[in-house]
Amino acid sequence: MNQTGAIGHAPGVAGRAPMLELRQLFKQYPTGDRALDGVDLEVPAGQVMALIGPSGAGKSTLIRCINRLVEPTSGEVFLKGESITRLGQRALRRMRRRIGMIFQEYALVERLTVMENVLSGRLGYVGFWRSWWRRFPAEDVEKAYHLLERVGLAEYYDKRADELSGGQRQRVGIARALVQDPEMLLVDEPTASLDPKTSRQVMRLLCELCEERGLATIINIHDVMLAQMFVERIVGLRAGRIVYDGPPSELDPEVLTTIYGEEDWTTTASAEARRRDPGGPGTDEERLEGMV
Amino acid sequence: MATPIGFDARAWRPPPLVTSPLLRWGIGLGFALYLTVAVGTLEINWARVWEGLDRGWAFVLAFTEPDFTSRWRDISQGLLESLTMTVVSTVVGIAISIPIALGAARNLAPLPIYLLCRGIVAVSRSFQEVIIAIFFVAMFGFGPFAGFLTLSFATIGFLAKLLAEDIEDIERGQAEAVRATGASWLQWLVYGIQPQVMPRLIGLSLYRLDINFRESAVVGIVGAGGIGATLNTAFDRYEFDTAAAILLIIIGIVMAAEYSSSMIRARIQ
Repeated sequence: MNQTGAIGHAPGVAGRAPMLELRQLFKQYPTGDRALDGVDLEVPAGQVMALIGPSGAGKSTLIRCINRLVEPTSGEVFLKGESITRLGQRALRRMRRRIGMIFQEYALVERLTVMENVLSGRLGYVGFWRSWWRRFPAEDVEKAYHLLERVGLAEYYDKRADELSGGQRQRVGIARALVQDPEMLLVDEPTASLDPKTSRQVMRLLCELCEERGLATIINIHDVMLAQMFVERIVGLRAGRIVYDGPPSELDPEVLTTIYGEEDWTTTASAEARRRDPGGPGTDEERLEGMV
Repeated sequence: MATPIGFDARAWRPPPLVTSPLLRWGIGLGFALYLTVAVGTLEINWARVWEGLDRGWAFVLAFTEPDFTSRWRDISQGLLESLTMTVVSTVVGIAISIPIALGAARNLAPLPIYLLCRGIVAVSRSFQEVIIAIFFVAMFGFGPFAGFLTLSFATIGFLAKLLAEDIEDIERGQAEAVRATGASWLQWLVYGIQPQVMPRLIGLSLYRLDINFRESAVVGIVGAGGIGATLNTAFDRYEFDTAAAILLIIIGIVMAAEYSSSMIRARIQ
């Protein structure tokens, strides 16, 4: 029997089969810090999910345990029912091609050009000497050009990455992840170093692309308002455990206190909006008030 | 007076390095005493110093009329030997240094390899070039081959150590991002690490080329060939005008190398 069928609530999420599945994931660092404390999670194809929680809750560890940039202590991770945690080194590298990753400080290789950065997303598909001489297959180069056009950086392919602004760099980061032809995306604080306007543009682009390609996506994010604005599901992590899993509209002060701890949450924009208009979730502008 | 100071104004002095005043003065006095006694034990033959001044002056005078021509054949041969020695030993040294630097970077290598490579670096750095040159001359006889081995060996310690330190200082995020794409280990080196350390590698290589040329003059004096050997011969024959010519050429080449390498380094940031 299919392993993914064994775990319950998959049909609950709009009837979509889980793309990603975490089962009883634990991570304890050699220092003794327990970053993940038994995480169970399913993400269906095409869903954009935000992972929120205080600093040190284990958000970053969680997404890094999925592509094993960090080795989980125990538990299992499945992509389309295939175990990632049991793979050997070679198979793990092949698996990583299927998982795109986008980083907080962009993590572009600064002294390489935009095109080299985007093409580095194809490294898992080409041999060493081809990559050494930058002789990527024509279809890879075409794909890279196409994605640069899609993220609005068509003219920039020969610029060095460190010449770009923050928003432009993150767009290159997105193109690098998508050129892999991934089935899912791991996104670590994509807007942490961006201004509010650029943050919204980057989030919008990210969500559009995920929808176009039907990618399962986990976005780690500190900015709760921004998350509420763009994603369909929010998971709250506290001290390595999932303490909330539901739609953005149900994030009330009580839930925020469970996730982040005691604070006067009534000043959040969504709470404000609900107070003023009990019917709707509030407009973007009203939420933005709480953000800036 | 602008601000009258009352009798209760609080004074402040920086805290002394050694707290106990007895110890503090004791150390100072002891050091002064040792210095006096040490100077007293130096035996200086003032008559010999006087004589030497004359000889030194002759040497200085020689610089005003250096003789490039009468020993030009020896000079040009020595120079060519030195330059060949320098270039070949730098290239070979760098080629060997790079893998050792990778092994000596704690963020890349597992502990046993790290310790082995650090050991090689330590051995190479703990011996001065002249000592290694004497060893290689004893092993392989007089001539530029011993010089070449000496400079290659010294390059390894220098370059591998400094390059390893630069590798340890890379931005981990950039390398992590390349690893996340499914790149192999070698691809990860070429895309995630190499671009970050390349300016430093080029800068260090040019700098080492510089040093190796200067050292090639020094190791020549102990028999390892090159311009140093020519210089030594000139001194032995009291041909100060030829020696002056050789020194001027060395100074010229070192300055040219210094200038061009700093220009190149400024361009590759």
